[in-house]
Amino acid sequence: MSIFTALVTQLLHLALILALAPVLTGCVRWLKARLMGRRGPHPLQPWRDLLKLLKKRPVLAENASAISRAAPYVAVGAALLAAALVPSFARGMLLAPFADLLLIAGLLALRRFAMALAGMDVGTSFGGLGATREMAFAALAEPAFVLAALIFAILAGTTNLDVIIGIFQEGALGLRVSLGFAAVALLAVAVAENARIPVDNPATHLELTMVHEAMILEASGRHLALWDFQASLRLTLWLALLAAVFLPFGMAAPGAGPIAWITGLLVFIAKMAALAFTLAVFESAIAKMRVFRVPEFLGAALLLGLLGAVFLFVSTGLS
Amino acid sequence: MLIALALALVVLAILSLAAPLLAWAALGVRVVYAGAALVSLVFAAGGFVGLVSAPEALALPFGPPWGAMRLALDPLSAWFLLILGLCGVAASAFAFGHVKGPEAPRRLVPYPLFLAGMALTLLAADGFTLVLGFELMSFASWVLVAHEHEQAENRRAARLYLGFAALGGAALILCFGWLAAGTSAGAGFAALRAAPPDGLRALAILLLVVIGAGSKAGLVPLHVWLPLAHPAAPSHVSALMSAAMTKVALYVLARVVFDLAGPAQPLFWGAVLMALGVASAIMGALRAALEEDTKTLLACSTIENIGLITLGLGLALAFRAADLGALSAVAAGAALLHALNHAMFKTLLFLGAGEVLHGAASRRMDRLGGLIHAMPWTAGLVLVGAAAAAALPPLSGFASEWLLLQALIAAWRVGDLAFQIGAAAATALAALAVALAAAAMLRFYGLVFLGRPRSPRAAGATELSGAARAALIFPATLTVIFGLTPGYLLELAAPALRLLTGAGAGLSALGGVTVTVSEGGAGYAPMIIFAVLLLMGGAAVWFARRQAPGILHGPAWDCGFIAPPHHLPFGDPTTQVSAAGMAQPLRRMLGKTLLAAREQVEMPPPGSIAPAHLQAGFHDPVLVLIAGPLPRARDRLAALAERLRDFSLRQCLGLGFAVLLGLMALLIWLERR
Repeated sequence: MSIFTALVTQLLHLALILALAPVLTGCVRWLKARLMGRRGPHPLQPWRDLLKLLKKRPVLAENASAISRAAPYVAVGAALLAAALVPSFARGMLLAPFADLLLIAGLLALRRFAMALAGMDVGTSFGGLGATREMAFAALAEPAFVLAALIFAILAGTTNLDVIIGIFQEGALGLRVSLGFAAVALLAVAVAENARIPVDNPATHLELTMVHEAMILEASGRHLALWDFQASLRLTLWLALLAAVFLPFGMAAPGAGPIAWITGLLVFIAKMAALAFTLAVFESAIAKMRVFRVPEFLGAALLLGLLGAVFLFVSTGLS
Repeated sequence: MLIALALALVVLAILSLAAPLLAWAALGVRVVYAGAALVSLVFAAGGFVGLVSAPEALALPFGPPWGAMRLALDPLSAWFLLILGLCGVAASAFAFGHVKGPEAPRRLVPYPLFLAGMALTLLAADGFTLVLGFELMSFASWVLVAHEHEQAENRRAARLYLGFAALGGAALILCFGWLAAGTSAGAGFAALRAAPPDGLRALAILLLVVIGAGSKAGLVPLHVWLPLAHPAAPSHVSALMSAAMTKVALYVLARVVFDLAGPAQPLFWGAVLMALGVASAIMGALRAALEEDTKTLLACSTIENIGLITLGLGLALAFRAADLGALSAVAAGAALLHALNHAMFKTLLFLGAGEVLHGAASRRMDRLGGLIHAMPWTAGLVLVGAAAAAALPPLSGFASEWLLLQALIAAWRVGDLAFQIGAAAATALAALAVALAAAAMLRFYGLVFLGRPRSPRAAGATELSGAARAALIFPATLTVIFGLTPGYLLELAAPALRLLTGAGAGLSALGGVTVTVSEGGAGYAPMIIFAVLLLMGGAAVWFARRQAPGILHGPAWDCGFIAPPHHLPFGDPTTQVSAAGMAQPLRRMLGKTLLAAREQVEMPPPGSIAPAHLQAGFHDPVLVLIAGPLPRARDRLAALAERLRDFSLRQCLGLGFAVLLGLMALLIWLERR
């Protein structure tokens, strides 16, 4: 019975994430447009774009190799699996025993590697430039993420996301300075990973400033749909991760029934809406920084993570 | 089994002796390489048998005056013998596939000796035999590094390598001599174990073994020879040097520090190894992300991986000192697993780089590009190795680095505040090194295999089939398999882990389908993850291709650039990213502080139509140190020694007499103590 419940929650979670991801992207765009005084596209516009693009055959460059054809599927598969591991409305999903933070980092790295390979495949200048910058930024973002995982692991005893959320949900830990540091570090990593302002501008096609868009300039048709979809998935995954760890209330416990799921779902949607609004306000209020300032931004996140860990050691006297 | 392994050593010696004659004909050369491959297979089998059966020992009927030479096969040496055997099979098969005709004896004779030296080091059960094997390995590999001595840079690399090999050898001889000074029963490992060093002697032995083994393994700051010497050797030897020889050096380190120095060493021993490991990991990964030569890049990546393995070993030592047996087994397991995984994917990558060098006639990434079209097999197989080196799930590199990071995350349990903070910093730096390695591997693969050809030779490259291709398929397959079965590999390594950490309990939780760090802790089940990943990717393929199957081809969009003219069939090769360009962000971010990277822009005066020049470069700080003050000190010493020649007869006699007196005084002083 419990396995059955776990399977059902897992499938529902997957369906929810699949449906929600493009809507979330659309919501953020719409909110940003409203904040800037524009009418903005409908929040469902990304879904319409996806369905339109899926009907179109991709046009590949003449010297494109199998990498260009395989990379979008690898990236979507990795992003999908990572999104399936981060709980949304209920804990105790089927894949919960494998929902390890380091594995999520690995899957995101796989997604990034596939994208960078696709960017370099045709041999255009923009693709190589985007791939180079993406990997360089990730070099600083990944250790900050691992340090956040370290702080969670010291507090919860494991890097398993499901267990961490369970322990944070109980509230026995109280408010901790280290968790605050970890939250800031994770937010910075999330901004960098999702290619948002101030690291990258998701709306721009200005060659000199872009990172993420530069890699998929050659993609078209269903390949472009897949790239856009995995970008939406990644944004959803990060917001869900932040919501689950730092706002763990309202989530259904393992083995709970459908009523707890519905409450969990409503709370989850409220949390995501709040985070999307925060993101839109943040992005509207701040300017994009120069590419060579980004390492300082991410280095600060890295140091905050380290500071959080040191605070934890000093304050609790773990021994 | 041990007798079979000893006979295999004899076979290698015979092959080496016969090599000058066999080198005259292609058939003879093939015989040598085929024999080396078969013997390597025996080594791998011996390693496997040594892991699943009881330890064996064998006293040879000859040896130095103080006792017979002894061989032994215990789980630790068996694990490294397995690594050596697997690498040896692939490297020998690659060499076999590339035989074109008679070969220069100086390339053929040392090859079996090199294998024999490594195996002898691993099988040795006394200090003398170990040093003998180690020196044989150094010497044979030096000859192979110097094989193209017509070129000045190769001569320089070989000279530097010889200097470091001599330094390492001297340190190891002193180390074992000092270890044996505590016993009266010779330098057998059993006798050494019975009298572990303590106090200052223990410290001296740690220092000596770190210099001796570390200079061969490429630990910072003794790494500078490695990026020069490994690429200078023939590709199959580069693969063996990077994948197997560095591991043999780490075996010596582990053997002395964990086994011979006794179980009661303090916490800071582990901290020393961890610091060295982290420094090597960062330095290696960063240099790998900046180098412009394929084989140099791979050699720098070796430094990074050796650093990660040393980090795991140091962590295991610290856990053992803090009496945390189970965690110590996790850290040591991560180190051993990464040693095996790195050996496999680095063999694959070096052999792939050799295939590229053969097919496209260059090691410079700025002269390669687009090889995925001309060399599809090599490109596909190397992608497996590059992805494993970039620590992507579900391949082997991710499995062992996951375990290492888990062990690092648990390091706060040691309890000492300074150690906790240091370990947190080490965690961040190890993650940084892993991410940098991913950037380096993307740069390697993207520049060599993707994009458009940057030279006519790259456009017309060809690849070999047969044994050379099989030599790449073998490690690629193992990389995939090892990535999916880390739990079973840890079960196989359990006897070696028990020997290293003395932990009996806690090992059972590690193995199986799911690798778990502790009861109820995080788990990694690569087979399940891989299956789900395939399912998700497959679903994406099925869903996306259902509506509009097929694909169209057209000229590259490239933001609207026009198609290239007919006389440039691949477009202008310089309009795509270059090796230096790809290194730029990391060079600016980290290179300035760590590698003294600099950029210089020379702008033409206003109105001039002369081009602007951008010069960028970096230096390894250690190499600068060696190239500057060290030769100056040598010259000063030499000048001082030259004065001896001008001594008169009286002064010469006086000097001899003074030395005699001094030695006698030393003797009397030693007797008194």
